[in-house]
Amino acid sequence: MSNKKIFIEPLFRNNPVTVLVLGICSALAVTVKLEPALVMALSVTVVTGFSSMIVSLIRNTIPNRIRIIVQLVVVAMLVILVDQLLKAYAYEVSKQLSVFVGLIITNCIIMGRIEAFALANKPIPSLIDGLANGLGYGIILVVVAFFRELLGSGTVMGIQVIPNAIYIKNGGFYENNGLMILPPMALILVGLFIWVQRSITKELIEKK
Amino acid sequence: MDTNKNLYTILYATGMVVIVAVVLAFASSLLKERQQRNVEIERKQMILRSVHLAADANTVEDKDSYIEQEYAKFITDSSITEGERQLTLYICKIESGERFYVIPLHGVGLWGPVWGYISLKGDFNSVYGATFDHKSETPGLGAEITTTEFSGQFENKRIFDEKGDYVSVQVVKGGAKEGNYHQVDAISGGTITSKAVEDMLFKNIREYMNFFSENLKAAQERALEKARADEQAAFEAELKAKAFADSVANAEKQQRYRAYLKRQQEAGNN
Repeated sequence: MSNKKIFIEPLFRNNPVTVLVLGICSALAVTVKLEPALVMALSVTVVTGFSSMIVSLIRNTIPNRIRIIVQLVVVAMLVILVDQLLKAYAYEVSKQLSVFVGLIITNCIIMGRIEAFALANKPIPSLIDGLANGLGYGIILVVVAFFRELLGSGTVMGIQVIPNAIYIKNGGFYENNGLMILPPMALILVGLFIWVQRSITKELIEKK
Repeated sequence: MDTNKNLYTILYATGMVVIVAVVLAFASSLLKERQQRNVEIERKQMILRSVHLAADANTVEDKDSYIEQEYAKFITDSSITEGERQLTLYICKIESGERFYVIPLHGVGLWGPVWGYISLKGDFNSVYGATFDHKSETPGLGAEITTTEFSGQFENKRIFDEKGDYVSVQVVKGGAKEGNYHQVDAISGGTITSKAVEDMLFKNIREYMNFFSENLKAAQERALEKARADEQAAFEAELKAKAFADSVANAEKQQRYRAYLKRQQEAGNN
């Protein structure tokens, strides 16, 4: 597989969220607003990319029996670094993401890509694969967060886009959809994306 | 090399852990200062918010220094000794000279700690403002205690009832009674967190009872003294006014007398 293909595949055709259905938990939790979703997407991309690369670099030295533990230590180290950096340079966002930064460790995408790809490939393709999978996850996160913030709070990136005048409280007819702020709505949105994607790429549909 | 040998596995694990530990320790010590500054700024912002100051901090370009500046301008850190304990108290003095007393609060929520600040007016009874925060309450439910819709309810509530007994402010499930000075609405679906806030308020404010009564007494004395001084000043002013009026009257009399003498003299000359 060429590097380009490695990069393109996870963005749509082999998207970790909508096709592999990995990393759903955090996708539901951090998509109420666009800003934390962006930061989460970036953090996961950094962690998947570099953990894949580091594991790939040391893949021939890792004792097979403690393979998973070694991978976890690498991932945990990167996650702690990201967490520390956020606390130092994006404190507000790190507070909103709270436990979810720590839970990047348990994001199945990361371990999945290490096991499936990095252990058998050279560092550069592994880095590309990790980054692309992080981005594939991030795209879904950002799109879901965009709709949830727009319809749930009437804002995008914290800026009011739905005119104040049309709200019921100001004499209009419009009201934010409260359901959008709750996690179940994120699941429904992700479900809708899966539906759309499967109608576009028919070969994803399982044979009966 | 055989990577499946026991010795290799153990050495590998040890080496890896040491390397990771060094990396993390290095990163931690490098970033610690900035992180602590963030925590400090947030604390200061909360204190300012509890007295309705620096509300526009998030729109200001350089938020950190703005908060530092406002904090330095209005807030004095202070502490009071209560037996063997030192209780923290922040005193806020606004431009009009009015003072507010900010009490830090610490409690236990549903999933982790909750905390906040409540500011009292000079009568140590009426609440001026409050702000709350939490570590890990449920978003949309318990986490709503950070919203101004919740914390704003505390304004103008009273912590003592008509008889002067300490009752704090209750967070009432199902809604506070209209016009009740000691109740606010709880958060739907966040009852445990709401109760945690109530409990936190009751316990934390109670610690300051002695300070309140002493200061209230002192304040009353000050007020009495001021009243007495005012009375004295009024009396003195009255005396002074009288003396002045007398002197004016005297001067007039003298003038008239002099005029009379002058007229007499002129009459004599003629």
